[in-house]
Amino acid sequence: MDLKELYQDIILEHGKSPRNFGKCVNHSHEAKGYNPLCGDQVHIYLKLNEKKNVDKITFEGSGCAISMASTSIMTELVKGKSFEVAKKIIDEFLNMIKSGSEMKTEDLNDDQKTKIMSLSGVKQYPMRVKCATLSWHTLTSALDGKNEEINTEKVD
Amino acid sequence: MNIENIKSQFPIFSKKINGKNLVYLDSSNSSQKPLSVINRLDEFYKNEFSNIGRSIHSLSVNATNKFEETRNSVKDFINANSKDEIIFTKNATESINLVASTFGKQNIEKGDEILITELEHHSNYVPWHYLRESKGAVIKFAPINENGDIIISEFEKLINSKTKIVAVTHLSNVTGTIVPVKEIIDLAHKKKIPVLIDGCQSAPHIKIDVKDLDCDFYAISCHKVYGPTGVGVLYAKKKWLEKLPPYIGGGGMISEVNKDKISYAPLPEKYEAGTMPTAEVVAFNESIKFMKSIGIENLVNHERELTNYALEKLKTINSVKIVGNPKNKAGVISFTIKGVHPHDIATILDEDGVAIRAGHHCCQILHQRLNLVATARASFGVYNTKEDIDILCKAIENCRKVFDLK
Repeated sequence: MDLKELYQDIILEHGKSPRNFGKCVNHSHEAKGYNPLCGDQVHIYLKLNEKKNVDKITFEGSGCAISMASTSIMTELVKGKSFEVAKKIIDEFLNMIKSGSEMKTEDLNDDQKTKIMSLSGVKQYPMRVKCATLSWHTLTSALDGKNEEINTEKVD
Repeated sequence: MNIENIKSQFPIFSKKINGKNLVYLDSSNSSQKPLSVINRLDEFYKNEFSNIGRSIHSLSVNATNKFEETRNSVKDFINANSKDEIIFTKNATESINLVASTFGKQNIEKGDEILITELEHHSNYVPWHYLRESKGAVIKFAPINENGDIIISEFEKLINSKTKIVAVTHLSNVTGTIVPVKEIIDLAHKKKIPVLIDGCQSAPHIKIDVKDLDCDFYAISCHKVYGPTGVGVLYAKKKWLEKLPPYIGGGGMISEVNKDKISYAPLPEKYEAGTMPTAEVVAFNESIKFMKSIGIENLVNHERELTNYALEKLKTINSVKIVGNPKNKAGVISFTIKGVHPHDIATILDEDGVAIRAGHHCCQILHQRLNLVATARASFGVYNTKEDIDILCKAIENCRKVFDLK
């Protein structure tokens, strides 16, 4: 396994300078996530409009390069998407990381495809999968309006 | 001491990890096993296996003798008074749970205080927390300073008439602090308070003399002492083992069983219910022989030299910060690299065959105290060499390169 497949430039760059970072004022939904094994924390803020489209998404938190990059890329991908499409992207992403199934990515443009595929190397590192998936599970919780804290020890 | 010879006694070092020689720097987590221990397990299962205890047949008699030989070796190894003071458990965690549970049942009331420290591993906190939940006990934490040393004057202030037991680690698995436990035991004993020492990290790395320490309880995990998993030791003064109630109930720990009453076996069986990890206990005798063959002083000197060498080298690498600077430090070095999360460090080092640990090392209280979320940790065993440290430093340089650190 080549380390470069895991630590691709896109990941390192997003890890260092995450997009959509910070608290979102007037958010409509939010959820927190926590990985007790390594201390990674994420807080997702969402603003859904009346059609349930993702108008705004931001996050706060701290963690390793993989978790920061994964969250940053995720916010870029779901911003502007409808509720259903956002959910579909989450499902496809989690399936790719956990079971290696292919992403159809029909809702993503080429740039977005490149970004999300940069995270696919994580599946070769079972101990790092939760770093990549924490924020995606947290986003699901926020979208569903459950507002329950996601704990990586309690989700797949 | 020929260190090359020692490494060759550990079969695992002939394995390649990611195509590289294994540089194992995770001995605080668990040690590797010498061939003599592995062979003993194999031999025992092939030629000598039987359950120990009450069977009359030859195999059982032999197995019982071998099992008891290990008890005797442990007694000598930690300089206990009697083999009745050596209880085999699952690990140090179970040893501490045994004490917390039985001592707590008998001696802890609502509002009573249990004094531990900010250095403790979760296994020397959670069992006491159970008493906080079940009995309304209060847990006090003796503070540490930035160096990772317990502030003894503060510790002393926390001892009062409500303090019922003191439980403290002998060696921190994060900062490598060798705690002046003798001083702590003396302070507690002046107020007639018993002391449990968590010797999980110390047993493989420093000389243990329970008689000299005068501790009431001492907990050991054999898998960290070049021994098999599944075996731990609880040393306890005989007066405590006689006075405290039994822990786990079942076969082997009873004397007489009637419908209306049960009496318990004498020591040490009173605390060893059910079938024990027989082969593992028997094989642990080989671990003690291995330690003795090196000589505990040689081992201490070798690891001290390695630690000093590693600290000097790591200090020269930009952006590496060592966690804690205790007065007396063993071969445990936790560190951070500015701009790289410990989990990323561990993944990148693994690529070079370097096995370290990343996270909070079951010490969240300590990490909170030092304002750290997670750290990377390199910890040594007798088999490590200066070359291992050189490879570690090179791997850290590679880590800095991947993250493009200046």
